[in-house]
Amino acid sequence: MLAKFRQYFIQTYTQLSSMLALRENIPSFSLRFCNTKSDFRINEFTDKYLSHRKAEFTEKLEIISSTYQPTIPIYRVTNSEGQFIDPNYDLDLTKEIAIKMYQNMITLHQMDKILYDSQRQGRISFYLTNTGEEAAQIGSTAALEDTDLIYGQYRETGSLLYRGFPLENFMHQCYGNAKDIGGGKQMPIHYGSSEHHFVTISSTLATQLPQAVGSAYAFKREKNGRIVLAYFGEGAASEGDAHGAMNMASTLKCPVIFFCRNNGYAISTPTTEQYGGDGIAGKAIGYGIHVIRVDGNDLIAVYNATKAARQMAMENEPILIEAMTYRLGHHSTSDDSTAYRSNEEVNIWQQNDNPIIRFRTVLQNMEWWNDEEEMVYRQKAQKEIMKAFLYAEKIPKPNILSMFDDVYKEMPKNLQEQRDELAEHLNNYGRYYPMKNFEGT
Amino acid sequence: MATTGYVIKSLINLIKIRSIRYASGITFVPSQADPSLGEISKMNLCQAINNAIDIAMGSDSSTCLFGEDVAFGGVFRCTVGLQEKYGKDRVFNTPICEQGIAGFGIGLAVCGSTAIAEIQFADYIFPAFDQIVNEAAKYRYRSGNLFNCGKLTIRATWGAVGHGGLYHSQSPEAYFTHTPGLKVVVPRGPIQAKGLLLSCIRNENPCIFFEPKLLYRAAVEDVPIGDYETELEQAEVVKEGKDITVVSWGTQLHVALDAAKVAEEEIGVSCEVIDLRTILPWDIDTVAKSVKKTGHLIITHEAPITSGFAAEISTKERCFFHLEAPISRVCGWDTPFPHIFEPFYLPTKWRIIEAIKKLIDFQH
Repeated sequence: MLAKFRQYFIQTYTQLSSMLALRENIPSFSLRFCNTKSDFRINEFTDKYLSHRKAEFTEKLEIISSTYQPTIPIYRVTNSEGQFIDPNYDLDLTKEIAIKMYQNMITLHQMDKILYDSQRQGRISFYLTNTGEEAAQIGSTAALEDTDLIYGQYRETGSLLYRGFPLENFMHQCYGNAKDIGGGKQMPIHYGSSEHHFVTISSTLATQLPQAVGSAYAFKREKNGRIVLAYFGEGAASEGDAHGAMNMASTLKCPVIFFCRNNGYAISTPTTEQYGGDGIAGKAIGYGIHVIRVDGNDLIAVYNATKAARQMAMENEPILIEAMTYRLGHHSTSDDSTAYRSNEEVNIWQQNDNPIIRFRTVLQNMEWWNDEEEMVYRQKAQKEIMKAFLYAEKIPKPNILSMFDDVYKEMPKNLQEQRDELAEHLNNYGRYYPMKNFEGT
Repeated sequence: MATTGYVIKSLINLIKIRSIRYASGITFVPSQADPSLGEISKMNLCQAINNAIDIAMGSDSSTCLFGEDVAFGGVFRCTVGLQEKYGKDRVFNTPICEQGIAGFGIGLAVCGSTAIAEIQFADYIFPAFDQIVNEAAKYRYRSGNLFNCGKLTIRATWGAVGHGGLYHSQSPEAYFTHTPGLKVVVPRGPIQAKGLLLSCIRNENPCIFFEPKLLYRAAVEDVPIGDYETELEQAEVVKEGKDITVVSWGTQLHVALDAAKVAEEEIGVSCEVIDLRTILPWDIDTVAKSVKKTGHLIITHEAPITSGFAAEISTKERCFFHLEAPISRVCGWDTPFPHIFEPFYLPTKWRIIEAIKKLIDFQH
């Protein structure tokens, strides 16, 4: 009820009246009687051309500057030191969830470190860390219902971790072993889990965005109370698919949250070379979707913003969240970020605005967490991660011929023939292939 | 009086237009439906497609139909009356954005809804190429079958139309046949279109269904009004013969039948004409069986010859010892599809007849 109140009464008067008009379902093709031709046209433009936004004629020749609207502010609850800005702030967060989010951030950070190092040792082929963006990922997922569908880009491991995806499953995927529920088909970090409503990651940037809109539309028709959240980076927002998705979400009124992690870089490209406007949030208004920009390193702010956004999405009002953060790690193990940014810049961010330290301060000030718990938890997490890691390393790779599975639901004849051909070939030439690492054919 | 004059003038103009429109000389050869499918009704290709979608939507309430301008019935009238019947939430327009349409359709299918997406012309499917090739085709494979978009069907109008020029005439099937995970289907007439489209919609794999736009009105058959499906991945021997096998699909199948008729009557060559129907995965057995019998193979399609699907068919190593002559491909030239030169661009029946003659006269 409160959300409804906020939604409809913080609007400007014109938006309010148009909303009400919409709600009363006045068919837009009915012509109203007007006093003058100008009135008639303004009504036509308002109702049919401008999504019920009231336009005016002007005799002043004025080209609107791109800075016409104020920059969208960055919502935060705490400052970089982890102090509440408003000392009387009323925290809408249970201790249980707060601790869980924090522990997940720690686990994620440690898992990143172990897997990053393992790639450096040549044990896995590729990795990509989440360093500096733990709060953006975990704070947003924690604000959803567990059955809400998540589409990710690839730097959202924390979301899946929060949903309870087992540690060894991350490892199985990175190793592409026989226990990888993805079948060992994709590069490391391309996780997915139907059980956790987390759609399998693909490398192609922004393709998940129109898909998320389609899934949200399906939920809307089913009236199942679920929404969809789609993560993407500020670089991916330049793709055509991002444009298509936001436009379709708007015209088709889908229960979807677009969650942009604006971390300042797309590999080596700084945001100044990615867009010229008011970030990603600035685009939303043009599409007619709601928007909030949030301090992505403030876990509580991210959580609150996503929770409020979910309320809106439930009303079939699509919404965009832009989380301002910083990519502390390299883009991936294939990238050396010192080639395009200074160590000094990274260190300053690390010192001045680390999401984990920031939230730890909040917890400690509230006496929900202390140094001893910190030490115990870190050791425990470290142990569990290493255990899962070493376990996954020992599991053999999947059956070679499973390479032909799941191309289609059934296996067409040509694929059956090709599978047999490979089996026959390996019978004769197996000694030239890494057969011993794979489960028997 | 003046009105009568005007009407007559218009009619004369219409005849002129007709003669241009059918410059490519397609004679549609109707088929007979299997009598076991029950009651029939005259339908053109448009109506058969409309009927198929109607049945699909009636039998599965999760089915949505969407694309550019489908709500008012579509620019080719294939979706007429469906919004009135099934509601605005199931039949709706999208913004003009092919990559969005394809991605949206995938998203619906991922959540178990049946998605019928329309791309207005196959020529405009390329903005969605990434969504189709990198996403739809690979969804099941890459996720280890945790997720799939098997309930997605993409319909697009396809092929020459007499005056479509570069961007209303293309046959892009070969671009998609290079992508494991997709099914690509092209019907030759109303009976087939209905059965194959229903199969595509209900198939558990993403399908691309190309509709030969030249036949929308020109092709009329007695179509069974009931719910029936035509099996995918099955070619059909449309006409039996013993000397030469001619393989084709879509509009070109009728050109091939026409050429076969002339060859039979004028040079006494008996052609077996096969409609491939499903281009990916294709029915090699039916084609190979025929080629083993005739020893000669011609493949004909409208699309350009280099890397067209005929190249794939002709390199199957199944009939080497049965071939009496090199395999012949009669296809579009390796140029963009031209407007004014269309009659000279298309692989006409005369070019097929010429190919038949060359094959028969081939000397070792």
